[in-house]
Amino acid sequence: MNTALSWIKAYVPDLSCTDQEYTDAMTLTGTKVETFERLDKNLEKIYVGQILSIEKHPDADKLIVCQLDMGNAVEGGRLQIVTGAPNVKVGDKVPVVIDGGKVAGGHDGGPLPENGIKIKSGKLRGIESFGMMCSIEELGSSKDMYPDAPENGIYILPESAEVGADAVEALGLHDTVFEYEITSNRVDCYSVLGIAREAAVTFDQPFYAPEVVVKENEQKTADFISVEVEDQDLCTRYCARICTNIKIAPSPEWMQRRLAASGIRPINNLVDITNYVMEEYGQPMHAYDLDTIAGHKIVVKRAKDGDTFLTLDGQERTLDHDMLMINDAEKAIGIAGIMGGENSKITDDVKTVLFEAACFNGANIRKSAKRLGLRTEASGKFEKGLDAKNALDAINRACQLIQELGCGEVTQGVVDVCCELQPEREIEFRPVRINELLGTDLSAELMLSIFEKLGLGYKKEENMVVIPSFRQDLEGIADLAEEVARFYGYDKIPSTLPSGEATTGKLSFKLRIEQKAREIAEFCGFSQAMSYSFESPKVFDKLLLSQEDPARNAIVISNPLGEDFSIMRTVSLNGMLTSLATNYNRRNKDVRLYEFGNIYLAKSLPLTELPDERMQFTLGFYGDGDFFTMKGVIEEFFDVIGLKKKAVYDPKSGKNFLHPGRQANVIYDGVTVGFLGEVHPDVCDHYGIGTKAYVAVLDMPEIVARASFDRKYAGVAKFPSVSRDISMVMPKSILVGQIEEIIEQRGGKNLESYSLFDIYEGSQIKEGHKSVAYTVVFRNKERTLEEADINAAMKKILNGLEGLGIELRS
Amino acid sequence: MKDRLQQIREDALRQIGSSASLEKLNEVRVSVLGKKGELTAVLKSMKDIAAEERPKFGQMVNDARAEIEHALEEAKAKMERRIRAEQMKAEVIDVTLPARRNKVGHRHPNTIAMEEVENIFIGMGYEVVEGPEIETDYYNFEALNIPADHPAKDEQDTFYINGDFLLRTQTSGTQVHEMERGKLPIRMIAPGRVFRSDEVDATHSPSFHQIEGLVIDKHITFADLKGTLAEFAKELFGEDTKVKFRPHHFNFTEPSAEMDVSCFKCGGKGCRFCKGTGWIEILGCGLVHPNVLKMSGIDPEAYSGFAFGIGLERIALLKYEIDDMRLLYENDIRFLRQF
Repeated sequence: MNTALSWIKAYVPDLSCTDQEYTDAMTLTGTKVETFERLDKNLEKIYVGQILSIEKHPDADKLIVCQLDMGNAVEGGRLQIVTGAPNVKVGDKVPVVIDGGKVAGGHDGGPLPENGIKIKSGKLRGIESFGMMCSIEELGSSKDMYPDAPENGIYILPESAEVGADAVEALGLHDTVFEYEITSNRVDCYSVLGIAREAAVTFDQPFYAPEVVVKENEQKTADFISVEVEDQDLCTRYCARICTNIKIAPSPEWMQRRLAASGIRPINNLVDITNYVMEEYGQPMHAYDLDTIAGHKIVVKRAKDGDTFLTLDGQERTLDHDMLMINDAEKAIGIAGIMGGENSKITDDVKTVLFEAACFNGANIRKSAKRLGLRTEASGKFEKGLDAKNALDAINRACQLIQELGCGEVTQGVVDVCCELQPEREIEFRPVRINELLGTDLSAELMLSIFEKLGLGYKKEENMVVIPSFRQDLEGIADLAEEVARFYGYDKIPSTLPSGEATTGKLSFKLRIEQKAREIAEFCGFSQAMSYSFESPKVFDKLLLSQEDPARNAIVISNPLGEDFSIMRTVSLNGMLTSLATNYNRRNKDVRLYEFGNIYLAKSLPLTELPDERMQFTLGFYGDGDFFTMKGVIEEFFDVIGLKKKAVYDPKSGKNFLHPGRQANVIYDGVTVGFLGEVHPDVCDHYGIGTKAYVAVLDMPEIVARASFDRKYAGVAKFPSVSRDISMVMPKSILVGQIEEIIEQRGGKNLESYSLFDIYEGSQIKEGHKSVAYTVVFRNKERTLEEADINAAMKKILNGLEGLGIELRS
Repeated sequence: MKDRLQQIREDALRQIGSSASLEKLNEVRVSVLGKKGELTAVLKSMKDIAAEERPKFGQMVNDARAEIEHALEEAKAKMERRIRAEQMKAEVIDVTLPARRNKVGHRHPNTIAMEEVENIFIGMGYEVVEGPEIETDYYNFEALNIPADHPAKDEQDTFYINGDFLLRTQTSGTQVHEMERGKLPIRMIAPGRVFRSDEVDATHSPSFHQIEGLVIDKHITFADLKGTLAEFAKELFGEDTKVKFRPHHFNFTEPSAEMDVSCFKCGGKGCRFCKGTGWIEILGCGLVHPNVLKMSGIDPEAYSGFAFGIGLERIALLKYEIDDMRLLYENDIRFLRQF
């Protein structure tokens, strides 16, 4: 909301502060000033001059030489100015910037330069010019805001302007426009009066609301119009008044200036008054030409599905049953609260005007405007939910202005169809509770004085604060506490720390495990990535998922930003592969990334209960490293979070998006807790990754359920260990995992560790075979092992290996 | 015999003096003091000496032995020092050659900022909890005193799955989950992902992070809210940070405020980060609305509390001077490596 300070001062005349002081003070009491702009910025040394004579320039066809009377503005009172402007004539009073002055912009009305344009005396085609006559654009405004300005030329001031006076003053430009951010609860502050009331309390100055007295003529409003509201749920009040003998003319200068400062283009007295009252009271109004209204009757009711209606912007609109319409005896004449109809539009030869000020259901207006794709100034106000009482005040104010500004006559009375108005709310005044909430020790008197300035009543006997209808946001003691806090000053409330029972600060176990995972991933060279939770359904094809893959049962967003963001991810790989591809395309070498993010698995579709949100620890890299690099990260992680049992890697993991021969499910304690593998080259192609990439995904709920930070010291061995090597030749199809399984199962209680120290496939070994060598280490905690112990254990192991079809080498 | 001993002594000392290596010294040791050495031979021939002379002569042999041993040790030590010195000289390296680094990965700036915030509140006794990202209308809106027709529920702001389920637009729903657990007092923060229907640009993302805070206890005041958040701001942005509370409106708090901190880039003088105002808006907060307490089964007369919500990306962008929000979700390693 934009409003000129001069308009605020019309109701708070004693307000005196700098623009910055006003900004700071209003912001601290809750009416946030976003920015302010001085209208006289870069306007310097501009005075009213009167043209005494005009002569042709001797050397230029398009230039003229003017002599001006500048009064006291310049020494000697006379000034010669050369101009190319076509519209000036002798006797005109014009704004003149003199030597050393400044104007805000160029005559083309383009963007205003930050520091304005300096004006100096100079010669034009050999004739001296001691200043410049200004167009409205040069004064930083536009023809929109000054409708009387010529299309292209010097702005002509009214005859009443005083020669030699400050022209900026004469133009009403010594003013500042403030832009406010009004919070949605303060419907009353979407009006100049509302902001003025806040300003008055903020600066502790009296507030003077306009005195509304309507001088009516002899005719009766009820003889002109009748009103019937059929759908009272959508229209709680409908006020109608009639103005006769309308004389369309420009509105007065002060009204034009105030509207222009608010960003509203002045048009004529009737339109301007309607807009003025909308700004002043926050109540939109509509004016109809009474002669176009059949039966002189207004009926407010819902439209029928499929009805069409031509709005006054010339567009045909299709309506539905939830849209409220204003009708006359025969036809629709306006969409309630949004826009009037072409068929009842005011023209310049209107004789009699029907004013409408109503209170429509805000939510309904918002939804209707949205469905129509037609959001207007009026609908924007109505959708906030207006005060029904305000409608009557506003329509009376408009009629007062019609009469006072000579725009027409006002008939007697208001046709006011009003379903029951809400009674005024009352809240018990509990100063102790307010102090308890705020942590203050303020007196009841101080609180009551704040309420009084805000326009709240107080019934002493009942100890009740009476809430006026325009403050529908005040519902209970907490709201009253805020009013006290705002005007006592948030900054004056003390700063303390909560007392009371001590609590333990901590991360949840899940978050601690995640923290460990991040540390390990980073230790292993992986940097943390983040990607969106929603993605494209095309992801499934990119990842080669089969049509039956349950991962395709994704939760769909009904109003996504686009197809690419339309489903909630069920696999975490797309984000990772996309990020790897981004890096690959940018020629970044050896990229290792990890991510923590949920996947969303619906328990049923369509969704009837919350889905299973599973945190996934996703790792991916390309460049330096291979499958076993990734496997190492998983094992480091398992080690740190106490997964002490041996994880099993099952190559039959069945992931289409991974290399068929280089993938494994990670099985811990019999449960699949994740997978890893080399990305299938087809998938790499789909993502544009031109090299081998590796990924791993760990399903954190399964991991967290098995993790532990418990540690137990197992002693440091005192007795020596004995190691034996086993050298084997076996078919390639046997996995070393099978060998390790046998060593573990058969190694006995003295088995301490084992490690692979050589693996070879090649010409020295027979076709389809590989040679593998292990070192097995035995140790006993209580004694030195004897040869016999070791031989017995080794024999069991070797027998087992032979049973697998493994050939032992000496 | 005496002369022989004298001879051996002098020869040994001379040889020690002229030995050029440790090996040579060892040879001298063996040839003089060894089992078959000359001095040992002299000792063996003691039996040929008169009994009364023996102690005196024995003493002389021992003295000679001690003298030779001492000379040997000294020469050895000297030689070892020399050799060490030569080795040091030979082993000089160019210390400006590049380092061999263990290539550790880097944490996402969002997480770094989040952990900083978490640690501050953990230190103040807050528990870190989480809530679901796909939420019901009830927890995201209704239980937070946002009525059915409220514009915040508009499709232009909220991603809906269907009428009942949506992507949470704020972490505030975790307040309700926590209050419903019924365990008082509460001091919690809840970091997490939230979603709003904003097109991606330099300052907007349809997915971002918030950190929700909630304290519920007896006698919690607006002054406590101010004190707690001022402390937080000092911890996060530095001891000299000032805070300013401005009245604002949120449906689920009353009174409500927005908190600005004095610009941590310019100290409040005004710069491009604070748009010349000297202040940076950092969070929204307020006393928990009595309706919210009631709906979650807490008596607003017996208990009160405060809540706050921090935009994580906002803090990360400001703190690390990141000028485009899109960088946070591109995962370019050259970006991530800077944190």
